[in-house]
Amino acid sequence: MVALKRVVDYNVRVRVKSDGSGVETDGVKMSINPFDEIALEEALRIKERGQAEEVIVCSMGSADVQQQLRTGLAMGADRAIHVETSGAIQPLTAARILLKLIEKEQPGIAFLGKQAIDDDCNQTGQMLAALWDRPQATFASKVDIENGTATVKREVDAGLETIAIDLPAVLTSDLRLNEPRFVKLPDIMKAKRKSLDAMAMDELGVEPAAELEAVSFEPPPKRGGGKMVESVDQLVSELKNKGLL
Amino acid sequence: MSRILIIAEHDGTTLNVATAKTLTGARAMGVDDIDVVVFAADPAAVAGQAAELAGVSRVLSVAGADFEHPLAARLAPEVAAIAGDYSHILAPSTTFGKDLLPRAAALMGVNQVSDIMEVIDARTFKRPIYAGNAIVTVRVPEGGPVVATIRTASFAASDGGGSASVEERQPQASDPGHTRFVKVEGSDGEGPDLSSAPIVVSGGRALGSSDNFAIIYGLAKKLGAAVGASRAAVDAGYVPNELQVGQTGKIIAPDLYFAIGISGAIQHLTGIKDAGTIVAINKDAEAPIFEIADLGLVGDLFEIIPELEKAL
Ligand SMILES: Cc1cc2nc3c(=O)[nH]c(=O)nc-3n(C[C@H](O)[C@H](O)[C@H](O)COP(=O)(O)OP(=O)(O)OC[C@H]3O[C@@H](n4cnc5c(N)ncnc54)[C@H](O)[C@@H]3O)c2cc1C
Ligand SMILES: Cc1cc2nc3c(=O)[nH]c(=O)nc-3n(C[C@H](O)[C@H](O)[C@H](O)COP(=O)(O)OP(=O)(O)OC[C@H]3O[C@@H](n4cnc5c(N)ncnc54)[C@H](O)[C@@H]3O)c2cc1C
Repeated sequence: MVALKRVVDYNVRVRVKSDGSGVETDGVKMSINPFDEIALEEALRIKERGQAEEVIVCSMGSADVQQQLRTGLAMGADRAIHVETSGAIQPLTAARILLKLIEKEQPGIAFLGKQAIDDDCNQTGQMLAALWDRPQATFASKVDIENGTATVKREVDAGLETIAIDLPAVLTSDLRLNEPRFVKLPDIMKAKRKSLDAMAMDELGVEPAAELEAVSFEPPPKRGGGKMVESVDQLVSELKNKGLL
Repeated sequence: MSRILIIAEHDGTTLNVATAKTLTGARAMGVDDIDVVVFAADPAAVAGQAAELAGVSRVLSVAGADFEHPLAARLAPEVAAIAGDYSHILAPSTTFGKDLLPRAAALMGVNQVSDIMEVIDARTFKRPIYAGNAIVTVRVPEGGPVVATIRTASFAASDGGGSASVEERQPQASDPGHTRFVKVEGSDGEGPDLSSAPIVVSGGRALGSSDNFAIIYGLAKKLGAAVGASRAAVDAGYVPNELQVGQTGKIIAPDLYFAIGISGAIQHLTGIKDAGTIVAINKDAEAPIFEIADLGLVGDLFEIIPELEKAL
């Protein structure tokens, strides 16, 4: 089971609305969170190696997220689940919803992105693992599966850590895990016939967690205007003037 | 009740400086009672170092053979078990804190505030979103603890000179057995640490090969600097992953940062927004890195770097 989040495309330079009430998302290009695309690619490869029977993609949000689910189906997922929520949900509620889906679908792996590039929370996978009371391997850059155990290389501050976890478990993908495949036109056509189940969050009996309140949004502080230098000597003397050398 | 608990990060013998930075963030919350908890196989040395940080009230020292490697599945229930005594549970926003704290937060039934960059009051914080292109002020609702990670690049390390008491505690949970540490591979640890070095020299895709990257290492050595890299350079295998700077790599705040042959993608810039002075060297005068650089020099890095090394 792979969670796909619909986010503002990573190429878009987002702007804070002038009244500070949020960021401008009207008319902006939306995509699958890049980490989730990587998670899906890995799940598809696991299936192609004969180590999984089915790949399910799921997403939470408004009806718009079905676009990203269709893309996931075109990439090769077998079926999709859309859990309709009124408005955006924060990580703990997302994890509670995913847990309900897990209880229904009984996947061997719940694969998430390590972070969503909109809110950059980096929480949902770890929370899901806690609620499910199963292992987690976050920031995965290599996954090997054998006899019900996943051996995972993780990108950590110190370098690459390897852990072994019993399945079922939660994995979250880092950037270097793989390069996602491109979707081909015939696959987009085929994806239209694949099953996409929609249900409301209430139907699942999920209790939303107390949400953090967003008080205001602002653009980041601007760095002061820079200066171009013409030569290495000028660069060195500028740095010396600033007391940096 | 206002009391803060900080989860110490360490390697078994030395307290990581990220903990002292988290402490500075904690002290900005206007809460006097700040405890630090150390989970380790043999916590005495690390607990002693934590007790010396100015502003710490108490150090909780929890020994357990299965704490040798900080596995989130093992530690999260321990954190949740002692959390009841505290209004705030904090950890650094390093891969250690990011892995552990959300798992503990879920056990406590609360959302986490990730990457606090500024403290407004005890329950209100600023944090970056969209790769740092926007800053949101969030307030944690009453009725539950504040569980948060602290963006270490935003806070200086607290000083020493403290003398907190050290209390021994027993583990509350047991090893679930389903998660096993195998090994960790890192660089040889030569040169200063990228996360805390005052000077960082980073190279990008332009270097073209790991052999060519030697020119970056050479300059860094001359400057006593740590080496960093863009994602493109890491993806291409020129340098190991732990050198990546940016949204999905390390967020750093050196006094002086050199971006060499790096275009300046937003995902890279978010990692260096708090740097003191940014120097960009790039052969393309239109490269976006020049928009944020304090000092820019247009030209071929393979000519400029040797010249620069000579001039230093
Ligand atoms: C204070 C605050 C205010 C907010 N206000 C708004 C707002 O006004 N408008 C708005 O659009 N958003 C808003 N959000 C964002 C929304 O609540 C986020 O979706 C939520 O915080 C999850 O964070 P994340 O996606 O960064 O989680 P992460 O933990 O970074 O996500 C990790 C992974 O979890 C999975 N995942 C997470 N969410 C979903 C999902 N919905 N569907 C499928 N998979 C998922 C993905 O695999 C993802 O890669 C707000 C968030 C906060 C904290
Ligand atoms: C979800 C996501 C997360 C990401 N996270 C990160 C991250 O954490 N960190 C990160 O760095 N990137 C990240 N990226 C990637 C980022 O978008 C860029 O692709 C990357 O930073 C580009 O690296 P670069 O500047 O080295 O390469 P390029 O963009 O290819 O730039 C190379 C530069 O070198 C210059 N050049 C070439 N030859 C020479 C020469 N001889 N002398 C001088 N200059 C020369 C060129 O003019 C060019 O400007 C992320 C991307 C995504 C989608």
